[in-house]
Amino acid sequence: MGQIIIIGLNHRTAPVEIRERLAFPPEAMGRALRGLLERESLKEGVILSTCNRVEVCSLTRQGFLGTTEVKEFLADYHAIPPEELNGYLYHYEGDEAVKHMFRVASSLDSMVLGEPQILGQVKDAYGYGAEFQTIGPILDKFFAKTFSVAKRVRTETRVASSAVSVSYAAVELARKIFGDLSDKTAMLIGAGEMCELAARHLLSAGVRGILVTNRTFERAVKLAEEFGGTPIRFDELPVHLKRADIVLSSTGASHFIIRKHDVEEVIRVRKNRPMFFIDMAVPRDIDPDANQVDNVYVYDIDDLNNVIDLNLEERQKEAVKAEEIVEEEVRSFRRWLDAQQVTPTIITLRRKYEEVKNVEVAKAVSMLGAEDPRTRKVVESLASSLLNKILHAPIASLKKEADGRNHMELVALVREIFDLPEASGRTEDGDSAGTGETTRE
Amino acid sequence: MHVSLLKGTTFFYLVGALLYLYFIVTRKERGARLGRMFLLVGVLLHTVGFGLRYAAAGYTPVTNLFESLSFFALSIVGAFLVAEVRYNLRTLGAFVAPLAFVFSIFAAFLPGEVAELAPALNSYWLPIHVLLLFVGDAVFAVAFAAGIMYLLQEKQVKRKKMGPLFKRLPSLDVLDEINYRCLTIGFPLLTMGIITGSIWAEYAWGSYWSWDPKETWSLITWLLYAALLHGRLTVGWRGRKAAILAIVGFCAVLFTFLGVNLLLPGLHSYSNLSR
Repeated sequence: MGQIIIIGLNHRTAPVEIRERLAFPPEAMGRALRGLLERESLKEGVILSTCNRVEVCSLTRQGFLGTTEVKEFLADYHAIPPEELNGYLYHYEGDEAVKHMFRVASSLDSMVLGEPQILGQVKDAYGYGAEFQTIGPILDKFFAKTFSVAKRVRTETRVASSAVSVSYAAVELARKIFGDLSDKTAMLIGAGEMCELAARHLLSAGVRGILVTNRTFERAVKLAEEFGGTPIRFDELPVHLKRADIVLSSTGASHFIIRKHDVEEVIRVRKNRPMFFIDMAVPRDIDPDANQVDNVYVYDIDDLNNVIDLNLEERQKEAVKAEEIVEEEVRSFRRWLDAQQVTPTIITLRRKYEEVKNVEVAKAVSMLGAEDPRTRKVVESLASSLLNKILHAPIASLKKEADGRNHMELVALVREIFDLPEASGRTEDGDSAGTGETTRE
Repeated sequence: MHVSLLKGTTFFYLVGALLYLYFIVTRKERGARLGRMFLLVGVLLHTVGFGLRYAAAGYTPVTNLFESLSFFALSIVGAFLVAEVRYNLRTLGAFVAPLAFVFSIFAAFLPGEVAELAPALNSYWLPIHVLLLFVGDAVFAVAFAAGIMYLLQEKQVKRKKMGPLFKRLPSLDVLDEINYRCLTIGFPLLTMGIITGSIWAEYAWGSYWSWDPKETWSLITWLLYAALLHGRLTVGWRGRKAAILAIVGFCAVLFTFLGVNLLLPGLHSYSNLSR
């Protein structure tokens, strides 16, 4: 068996012009994967292609390096001169490759640390491999492990727990102020892109209703339709303000459209039911002094960005824990791989000499010309016990080395001196971590 | 037996409090689950101990400082467990459980022998009057903890400086809701406790109200909570103001209970340290 290699590029090593030229669109995946495995040294393969990264993960055949062939494949497939490509590509082999994939799927290698999409994209890549049958038992196990590592990272660390975008940060804050949002109403003033995004997030977080107002009433009507909300005329804003628990504002006004005095007024009418103002406008729409009013919270765009910075810091801290999990899992996968390499050897070894034994027993019985079942039994048991005694030592040392450092040499040696054919990647007990074979003694 | 049970529960409250603190620091669910288990076992043992003492003494054992403190701790943990189930608010434990532990350990250091019941206390009013007040006070203790949590959380949201507690503490709305809920349960209990006491006083001392320090301080406490309830219902006092009043109110509760016993002599001096 060879080893797992990964060759690819990402947002840190290559500009977007290169990334888009190297991307594999879904419809081309079948052709690409088949083309990849046509290379002599590559046995199994998966291609991960997102807007931030393109990576080829492959299992090489015994004794091959494979890296060059994957690079050739990428260059040939996309018709880019290899020299041009080389500067952007990174490559990992063995444990390094395993670790890299674990980190990618756990979103530790993402542009926004902890962003959740990447795991789905890795799953898609695996799906294509399964669909076009370019995944064998090793990569199959490897990806199953990758998904479980990503899940562990997500549940055991908080690397993805807090909001790192302005609109999500607004929702997170709303939750800390109001708890349950299902009986809360939001108001959208103006039509900034970020405000609309935040309104969408609030809606999916369960906000009951949205009031939409705009200087041009037609736009308010249109937006309200889009959100399933209620349009309101801009000059009636003061009347309706009291209905809103959460106010999102981003108008192009050059002065405050909601002053501290307005807020004091409306909070009195609301009998102090809390209000959360999110001011995404520059220059600002809401007097920041309104934040001093009891039960009123006013956040502008800088405040939200500060919240995000704090959350990112927390993610960085959590990432340290995540890296530890990854290291641990790399070791555990290593052990599995090693055991895999010993097991097929033992199986082929036994199978080969069982065949030899059967042939020889049949020969001996026919030479004795005895139909007596006792004679047959004696010959058979003699052969079996000889075989077991002879194979005991090599099998025992193989098993002993299953977790050791020199197993690769030992496996190669055993294969050489017993003249065993190249191991097939598939083993009968592909899922057990230990050496499945038992000796009959 | 009952004395060691009543005192021994201190250990469970301590471990429970530590587990809840561990939970709020590490955010490991297991801390809260184990913490609740310890508190639950503590409450059960405590209740058994209380029952045994009742059987041994022949009267409701809330007549001296040891018994009262111990019963107060029991009520607080009980009130907390109800609130925790109702609102699924595990962080509350990190604030309430240490409070219960403090009362419990205070009691554990006092002599626990059963004493002869003072003749004036030998009445069926004793359990009614005292239990109403202690359960009411325990509910106020939960409101007190929720109030502290509210102030901590509100400060972070208002000043826009999110510390490590921001993620751990619940929403302002839930904390304010607990404040209100506790008020609507605790206030009637306090009111009935005072009324029954007053009726009992007429029988025992021949006067409904004699401005004994305990009575005076109960009235002050009652007025504080009455003001809070009134403010909430009419002008919508809530949030920070309500949280502060719940904290001040509980301080008055504590003074009425402990301060008066320990510092101000009067008709109610059954449970000072000299006994």
